Amino acid sequence: MKKQILWTMLLAGASAIAGSAETITAAGATFPAPIYQKWFEDFHKAHGDVQINYQAIGSGGGIRQLTEGTVDFGASDMPMTDDQLSKVTKYKVLHFPTVIGGIVPTYNVAGAAALKFSGETLAGIYLGNIKKWNDPALKKDNPGVNLPGEDITVVHRSDGSGTSFVFSDYLSKVSPEWKSKVGANTSVNWPVGLGGKGNEGVAGLVKQTPNSIGYVELIYAAQNKMEFGAIKNAAGNFVKADVTTVTDAAAGAAKDMPADFRVSITNAPGKNAYPIASFTWLLIPDKIDNATKKKAITDFLAWMMTAAQADAPGLSYAPLPKPVVAKEQKQIALIK
Amino acid sequence: MGTAVVTAPPQSRQKRMKLWRDGDRIAHLVTLMFAASVFLVTVFLVYELWIHSGPSRAKFGFGFITGKTWDPNTDQFGALPFIYGTVLTSFLALLISVPLGVGAAIFLSELAPPKLSNACTFLVELLAAVPSVILGLLAIFTLVPIMRQYVEPFLKRALGFLPLFQGPAYGVGYLTAGLILAIMTFPFIISISREALLAVPREQREAALALGATKWESTWQVVVPFARLGILGSIFLALARALGETMAVTMVIGNDTGIHTSLLSPGYTIAAMIANNFTEATGDLFLSSLVELGLVLFALTMVLNGAAQLLIIATTGKGSKQP
Repeated sequence: MKKQILWTMLLAGASAIAGSAETITAAGATFPAPIYQKWFEDFHKAHGDVQINYQAIGSGGGIRQLTEGTVDFGASDMPMTDDQLSKVTKYKVLHFPTVIGGIVPTYNVAGAAALKFSGETLAGIYLGNIKKWNDPALKKDNPGVNLPGEDITVVHRSDGSGTSFVFSDYLSKVSPEWKSKVGANTSVNWPVGLGGKGNEGVAGLVKQTPNSIGYVELIYAAQNKMEFGAIKNAAGNFVKADVTTVTDAAAGAAKDMPADFRVSITNAPGKNAYPIASFTWLLIPDKIDNATKKKAITDFLAWMMTAAQADAPGLSYAPLPKPVVAKEQKQIALIK
Repeated sequence: MGTAVVTAPPQSRQKRMKLWRDGDRIAHLVTLMFAASVFLVTVFLVYELWIHSGPSRAKFGFGFITGKTWDPNTDQFGALPFIYGTVLTSFLALLISVPLGVGAAIFLSELAPPKLSNACTFLVELLAAVPSVILGLLAIFTLVPIMRQYVEPFLKRALGFLPLFQGPAYGVGYLTAGLILAIMTFPFIISISREALLAVPREQREAALALGATKWESTWQVVVPFARLGILGSIFLALARALGETMAVTMVIGNDTGIHTSLLSPGYTIAAMIANNFTEATGDLFLSSLVELGLVLFALTMVLNGAAQLLIIATTGKGSKQP
């Protein structure tokens, strides 16, 4: 009897908590997590009856949980593959680009500032073909810079990450040798180099190791005031990453945007387009049975791609270009 | 239950009541349950690892253990570099921490004044409680630069003719990982060895001294052999910790999926690989291979612990016996 009362009280308590706000769970990418947290919090403030609970467990985990149906929606730094999409049977998954991020090369070379890299040179370094800082290829990219004759210590991410995916995707586009030997993925079989865990691990190794080179997210480099190099884009210009050049990369790619938004914008066309950039996506089911949840998610999407985009530059993400937003707004109607 | 008690004959009922009242049976059942839960958890763990590693086991078979390539893009997964790294770093760690730990324990239990001994023991226990991620961070900012600038160039100059000390000095690698593991494991060895040494009966020491042994002779020839089981136990615990340590190791080992002879080279361990890639493992075979790595680590721990048990059995025959 006592037990029954206890259970009733527990259940009543639980339903009281649940009743106060509709809780939507989401999981996925860590790279856009700072802006997602801010968005979900602001959205909750404006819509007191909706609480979106986001767990930054990584893109792979987000895709897995969405496939198993344990979350309401997912988030990923790389678009789902056809193979992954075919495993989701209950509904179709819609990709919604949210913001754009850039990946920058960072280095530690005494006396050399503002270095420039062409795609082939960067691939050569990461393949282990270019071994010294005074290699002719590096000298050609950096005329007039006094490069030392020291060995290059290559640093890459040791953990699987969307950052590595974008970086290796770019190298695959500019170097046939990279494409055939290594390829693009969240973690690859690195031919050379040391692995650092996370942006902070890579940055730490580069900072400490003389004559080293690594890559980190633009947002991380900006927050930590790190020096980073310029990259030669498809139009042949050396471009340094910032919010404007990264958005330009997305704008260049927007013209040929496929209907499902699964697109890589590395090595994008455009005079000022920064070549190592990528969208990050929310993965939304096209069928949401719970009407309250459906309204909340569609409201959020509509707000996210318009007013909320103003939050992006402050956090060093590039906002979506207008033509992409227009296309995405049409996709919201597909959610049933 | 109630009816059973009523219908039971008075004699047996009394007996049963007594058993319950004394609490013997309750204690027996409760502790049995706890003991069984350890067994059940282990079985469940192995079962889960076995099931989820199915695709990888089916594809690679035994070749998983001997494979040297780890390439998620071509779905080629081999565990040898990680097994090698795990065993090598744990071995290096014990090589440093066992003499250090046992020596310190002998000093603290036998030779040091009690006040100093207590103060040191307190510090050692504090050191054992430091989270590994903190040690890893400290290692990145202090140990790695020291290794790169001083220790590794010195080793290359002095012992560079050996293949063990060749190649560039990155500061991160097998040796640095072994060092950080030594720092993490030696508090365990000191703490448990000291307890074992203190538990040696006073009479043993007095008897040795009465026979004309010096303080050191009585310590080394009587007390230490007497406490041997406890000391070995502490070493196995340290080994288990070294094999499974993740965060601190991945921060300083360099995370390179090759197999290198040089201790200065970057490498990888099983636990570090799993921790680094589990969240972003998108392919099914990739994920399954990571789970199989977990199974391999489990088996590795079992094998090494089993070997350790055999070592105890083989050595306890000789010398003084533990009561």
